[in-house]
Amino acid sequence: MIESSDVLSVMKVVYIIYGMIIFSFIGMYALGISRSKQILPGIKVPFYGWIGFLVFVGVGLHLLTYHTIPWVKLDLSRNKVKVDKEFNISIADYKFQLPDNKLLIEEDQMVRFNLESKDYTYGFGLFREDGTMLFQMQVVPESRNDIVWKFNKKANYTIRSTEYAGPKGGNLFVKNAVIVATNAEIAQLISQKELLQN
Amino acid sequence: MLDVSRLNPLQKVALRFAVVSLIYYGVTILEGMLMRAHQINYDVFQTDHYYAILNAHPMMGIFGSSFMLVFGAFYFLVPTLLGKSIYSQRLAEMTWILMTVGAGIIWISSFFFRYAALYTNYWPLPVSNEFSPYALGTFAIGNILLMGGVFVFCYNIFATVFHQRDKKKPIGPMLLSALGIDGFINLYRRLSRKGSEKEPIMPLPVVAIFRGTIDAVLDAVVLGGASVIFLVHAIYTLMGTNLSSGWLDALIYKNIYWWGLDLIADGLVLIYVAGTWYLLATLISGKPLFMQNIARAALLVELVVSWNVWGHHLLSDQGQPNLMKIVSGEMVTAFELVTMGIAVFITLATLWQARPLKMTPPLKFLLGGVLGFSLGVPAGIIQADLGMNRILHNTQWVIGSHAHMQMLVGLGMTLYAALYALFPMLTNNVELKSNRLTNFHFWAHLIGGIGMSVAMGFAGMDGMLRRAVYPGDTTFQPHMIIAAFFGSLMILAYLAMMYNIISSIGIRGLIEIFVKLPERQKRETVPAV
Repeated sequence: MIESSDVLSVMKVVYIIYGMIIFSFIGMYALGISRSKQILPGIKVPFYGWIGFLVFVGVGLHLLTYHTIPWVKLDLSRNKVKVDKEFNISIADYKFQLPDNKLLIEEDQMVRFNLESKDYTYGFGLFREDGTMLFQMQVVPESRNDIVWKFNKKANYTIRSTEYAGPKGGNLFVKNAVIVATNAEIAQLISQKELLQN
Repeated sequence: MLDVSRLNPLQKVALRFAVVSLIYYGVTILEGMLMRAHQINYDVFQTDHYYAILNAHPMMGIFGSSFMLVFGAFYFLVPTLLGKSIYSQRLAEMTWILMTVGAGIIWISSFFFRYAALYTNYWPLPVSNEFSPYALGTFAIGNILLMGGVFVFCYNIFATVFHQRDKKKPIGPMLLSALGIDGFINLYRRLSRKGSEKEPIMPLPVVAIFRGTIDAVLDAVVLGGASVIFLVHAIYTLMGTNLSSGWLDALIYKNIYWWGLDLIADGLVLIYVAGTWYLLATLISGKPLFMQNIARAALLVELVVSWNVWGHHLLSDQGQPNLMKIVSGEMVTAFELVTMGIAVFITLATLWQARPLKMTPPLKFLLGGVLGFSLGVPAGIIQADLGMNRILHNTQWVIGSHAHMQMLVGLGMTLYAALYALFPMLTNNVELKSNRLTNFHFWAHLIGGIGMSVAMGFAGMDGMLRRAVYPGDTTFQPHMIIAAFFGSLMILAYLAMMYNIISSIGIRGLIEIFVKLPERQKRETVPAV
């Protein structure tokens, strides 16, 4: 499954190219406007063609992401999605209350996170070890806050609040709280935990 | 030097707004650089101090600076373009006083009381135990005064447009023209070939100001109303009764609050900027605006669009209905690409028709503003997408590549273009002392603004959140060092501009904009024996 890191890598390239195009256009325009003779080939941009192009880009972006970014359809249809695992997490007084020290997920499992805030508006985001974001959502008190995600890569994720809830919440996180691993590795982790408890 | 005794009341009040605006802008960028320093080294401030600065920063920048400069310019332009007297000079003076005091009190709530609910004021945060009732109450009073000033401005501008003191004119056609409906009528007549097009009554910049001011009223109702709620809660807490915050659903509050706030960012800013571009394009080129009827019609479309786009702020709120996310958050928001695209096209086409043009400061800054919006608007459209919002919401991308690019480069350069264009008109042709400093201001602000915004944007794409601190974590330090470098250029740009303006009008002139100083004693020369 395409991940956020893939999408953002493409976006960085597109953004740089777009920026260069805009700088070049404005630069050429500024040069052209201060000269009476056209020194560069003039491009007659028909007005309605320009509007059509903008409509195409505006609508096209959303159609493109709907069909290529997997979590869009997943999110819109999450009521009907059958999940392999569900975690209920609450946040109160600037603390994440996790059902377990580590949330263990097997590779390729579909997981639903149900979040509840007992006081303020928080956020819930999963971040990779290099600091990049996997996903995030808002956690609003007295509101539905759930997200469905398919984890198809082994990784450890830090849970971090992605919404400001006051100075105390400015650095609210639980390091490596989510572990995605193979079936065998998860089983090993569970048995290690049971041994420790016993 | 500026001779204040020869200024008329409109020039004086516009200059008062401008001076306060530039002072608050200095406060804003100082706050910005303090925060830049903290994001490099988290030992610079205590966390609550950092967030208090973050609370004050957008309020000073948006209301203390941008709104002030815009209102001052419009107080001068609307009567001038209409050839009428301003409805009330007294209300104009009251506007800048209320807004100056209001913004100052908000700053005090952060500085002294460490109020830090931020401009989002998410419910139930502002009335929680997080902040003292003194902090909350001070902020609320400041915001109520600020919004009061906004209301006074809006009333005064509408009254100036419609008052019949100088000449009697029927109000109906004036209202239709102010809303740009005559633009639609002309387009219909042209397309259907029925009837002939009529020259609109209202000058196009006044149409933009009128339409944008409708959004200003609605925005002030929402933000002022929220502040009244905060004040009530603060007073009750001081009296020993903690009112429950459960009476208002947090998600509904968020919807209402963002609807109101977006009337600034996606409403009046875009409409005012378009109107300013049109005015500057016609002033600089000396030509009528290209496709004027479409420009008028597009301004009304933008007004209606601005009422329906707030959903893009709630794309990551899972309790928000999917239909609202798709329609308001994605599709209607995407239409802003079209309305801004129309403004860019018409502005550039108008100027192009008049070439060759001399690259004066107003023209340079205008092109800088167009560049800023061309970079900032698409960044906003990208994040207003369900797929992209999931991985960009509340990251530095939003506040960097989008918000700061729009405010510092798009809006900022446009306001400077207007400042340099209006400076001779407001000062009775005082000339700015140094073209070099003006040039330096242009390049330093442009490069600094774009560089800082892009550095923040890349930090966001690498996972750095906005409104967050990372003590002990140096992952984003390289991005923040680069952002701080470019931010420093903007400080230098500001200093260059201020030195240029103050040395041109003189310290005496600057002070006399506000208070009359005693006459200078003429030194008597005693002849040598």
